[in-house]
Amino acid sequence: MSTIPGLERPTPVPNDLNKPFWDACNERRLVLQHCTACARLHYPPTQRCNTCGSADNLEWKEVQGKGHIDVYFVIRDSRIRGFRSAQPINFAVITLDEDPGINFLSNLPGTPPGEVPVGAPVELIFEQTSTGQMVHEWRVVT
Amino acid sequence: MASDTSWMRNREGMGVWEHRGKVAIVGWGQSHMDRRWDGVTLDRSCGGLSKEACLKAIADAGLSLDDIDGLITSAETRAEQTWAPRPYFAPPYDTEDGLTKASAEWIQRELGFKNVKYLESDAPYIGPMMGLAAQAVGDGVCETALVWYPMVNLAGRYGHNNPQNIRQEAPGQSAFALPWGYQSGAMFNNLVIFLQYCKKYGTSHDGLAPLCLNLRRNGLRTPWGYYALHEPYQLTREEYLHGRVIEEPLVIYDCDRPVNTCAAFIFTTAERAKDLRQKPVYVLNHAQNNGRGRSTMATLEEHQEAVASLARKMWEGSGLGPADVDIFNPYDGYLTFTQQFLEGFQWHGVKRGEAHDFYADDIRVEGPHPFLSSGGNNGTGRNRAVLFSDSLEQLRGTAGPRQVTVRADTALAGCNTPDSCGFLMLSKYPS
Repeated sequence: MSTIPGLERPTPVPNDLNKPFWDACNERRLVLQHCTACARLHYPPTQRCNTCGSADNLEWKEVQGKGHIDVYFVIRDSRIRGFRSAQPINFAVITLDEDPGINFLSNLPGTPPGEVPVGAPVELIFEQTSTGQMVHEWRVVT
Repeated sequence: MASDTSWMRNREGMGVWEHRGKVAIVGWGQSHMDRRWDGVTLDRSCGGLSKEACLKAIADAGLSLDDIDGLITSAETRAEQTWAPRPYFAPPYDTEDGLTKASAEWIQRELGFKNVKYLESDAPYIGPMMGLAAQAVGDGVCETALVWYPMVNLAGRYGHNNPQNIRQEAPGQSAFALPWGYQSGAMFNNLVIFLQYCKKYGTSHDGLAPLCLNLRRNGLRTPWGYYALHEPYQLTREEYLHGRVIEEPLVIYDCDRPVNTCAAFIFTTAERAKDLRQKPVYVLNHAQNNGRGRSTMATLEEHQEAVASLARKMWEGSGLGPADVDIFNPYDGYLTFTQQFLEGFQWHGVKRGEAHDFYADDIRVEGPHPFLSSGGNNGTGRNRAVLFSDSLEQLRGTAGPRQVTVRADTALAGCNTPDSCGFLMLSKYPS
């Protein structure tokens, strides 16, 4: 379960394309598609490289899980049922240090709503959803 | 058609549009506008309002039903829910078609068109749909097309009836967004980009206030618009800044208000337009963007490049440049992304990072920089068509109290977001 009180995240439902990603999350690893033809990372998963168009050169590659907070705001009136009992809650965009063109969403567990240090480094953590599926999250490095 | 984009002018290097100046808009009709459908008055249902708008557009053009040989509409009514499981009404309001949408087949049947040879009920939203209509007439798929765009709003809180927001599961690509509270639609990503913009250029939310107030001002000069009809008072700066927070720093006044309405337009060939009731407004080009960002969230830089590319496509296809555009009506559904269009098209010389300073200058319709003379969707309710209808009126010289005092020979209008949109370049003259 999330460490954010009241939060019931919608649970990812893996499909053929993204199952390796979610399986890796269950092993507490963050893997991204890597195009071996043009050395480009992809997230979310894609059928083909959006740079060179290759569909045959995408391999899963584990990344370090270090990032920085780009921008954020606070959700106070979510339309998503599982978030309404967790409001107010942070909604942040995290850039990956290995490739800042890749970004992730985060609710920044452990950081009080509205007290987000923009630009601060964050590290990868994982949280469990109601089905047991793990999802990747980010925590401010203290 | 929704998945077929072969008609689009969405790539650079396509050259001057082959039908430049050979297609014209000759009619416009706007239905009544309510905040929501009351669920009782069938003339104010989606079908009822669509019929009203279509008949007004045909009359405006001085045409008869028999002159229409193309019917084009979009399934994207933004209803977000069906009328069912509530009981349907007597025919022709006995299905969703007529209540929460109005397909080409439904309108053909209800209005009794006899000479239609092209029907399209699955066109994209109005921005690209207007380009589709221009292309269809230019290509000779039909000679005179009736195009309508209903916006539907039923009872209930906006977005809270969207099935995606109620489910406990996040399938497909939503698995990379929903678990962190990302809400579908344009607001979240464009708010992120607005925050990136403020960080990069040292601006803040209050820089949008002059735009919001001027849109309301222009909207109050639009007699059929929501605020002119239902809440006819000017917004103050204090009210704007202290508006109900939607997502910080976005307030309610940054979001266009969902309404129940329909607008319709008539496209025909320049040749056919010569002897019709209205002065033709010629289409010089249409252009579209239908890309997306590289990662979960599109970024400011990606949106800036998207609009820069859109502008290059528009200049290339129309033969015009930034200094040639008199009327500019880009989408303002959320005020946070309008500035991308302003800076990307460099209207009145505005460069990246300068939009808020521009808003603080004189953007009134009687001033030197009549930006969004339509009042946009913030000033008239979320109908989207006003961006095109005001452009038409300005070029015709019939905008009444919104008529600009600067030259009004050309107009650029379109929606929706910087990375997904369709724009038209319009002109009083075919070349």
